[in-house]
Amino acid sequence: MIYLLLFLEFFKIGLFAIGGGLAALPFLYELAPKYDWFTEADITNMIAISESTPGPIAVNTATYVGYHTAGFWGGIIATLGNIMPAIIIVLMVAKYLEKFKNNSLVQAGFYGIRPAVAALITVALFAVVKVSILHGDVFAATGNWRSLVDWRATALFAVSLALILKGKKHPVLYIAAGALAGILIAPR
Amino acid sequence: MNSLWELYVSFFKIGAVTFGGGYAMLPIIQKEIIEKKGWVSNEDVVDYYAVGQCLPGVIAVNTALFIGNKIKGKQGGIAAALGVATPSILIITVIAAFIQNFLEYPMVQYAFYGIRVVVCALITQALLKLWKTAIKDIFGITVYLAVLVLALFVKVPTVLLVILALAAGLVAHSLQGKKEGANQ
Repeated sequence: MIYLLLFLEFFKIGLFAIGGGLAALPFLYELAPKYDWFTEADITNMIAISESTPGPIAVNTATYVGYHTAGFWGGIIATLGNIMPAIIIVLMVAKYLEKFKNNSLVQAGFYGIRPAVAALITVALFAVVKVSILHGDVFAATGNWRSLVDWRATALFAVSLALILKGKKHPVLYIAAGALAGILIAPR
Repeated sequence: MNSLWELYVSFFKIGAVTFGGGYAMLPIIQKEIIEKKGWVSNEDVVDYYAVGQCLPGVIAVNTALFIGNKIKGKQGGIAAALGVATPSILIITVIAAFIQNFLEYPMVQYAFYGIRVVVCALITQALLKLWKTAIKDIFGITVYLAVLVLALFVKVPTVLLVILALAAGLVAHSLQGKKEGANQ
């Protein structure tokens, strides 16, 4: 029974959370008082773990909540429930997208959308920069400009960008090298 | 050979190294799916991101569904989606089962300090690559800047931004059509 409930609740989240993993948050906060699966404080931990492990945040959160609620199968069932609406809806849309892709109106729409996607990726980049190269939180608390930039992280960013633009190796290598560099130079 | 298994494995790899959400997936998609396999073009991926953004579900899974579907139909889409989700299931299950306070280990924190910075650099490079596909003229730059400002400072919901950009594209198209008509 718990499996069915998990599936349905995460199906609902998958269906209504449009626009990325964090859109699922309000739904999770709703679940907390409804069942005794997890508390609101647990949600913060889940987000932290989800954001710092690979994979989409929504999927990570579904697995984590499902596991904590009903063990291994709970994790799998919550995750499947979470991605099921996307599987159904996206595959339906994909059929029509391929069919009408060369239609001049569809092309005109994409002509407007493509620069918007570039802008959205820029926004995502700013969000990561804010927590990795800048100390947005420290600056907000102290108002001290000198505390805003993390110089070690900035140097690492410059070096890795130069290597990435020149080297064209697989991204995984750079991520592994980044983990190693972090262990060596992160402020203690 | 584009077998379902090959799709699953490719997207498993992408899911395993995507730190920080769907957009961080872009550099790895560019390497694995566009450059190595030649399955789709840069332009396709941008379109999938845009449409996926407006549908239920997360960008990573939606993009996997679109790409898988293009290569091998519905089954391909499902194989790709399961591939991108599997590493999450494995990693999170292990963390939830065995590691208490995962993030409080200093070594983990130090490693993530470096990983986050490299992810910034990877997204920067992906954005540079994408730029040529996405922005071709003054119209493109205008839409780019407008969306950037609206998203950063006005906090307009993403779905609405995509719809506005789509409308701008249609308006530009019909104006251009009129101009060409007048010139003839």
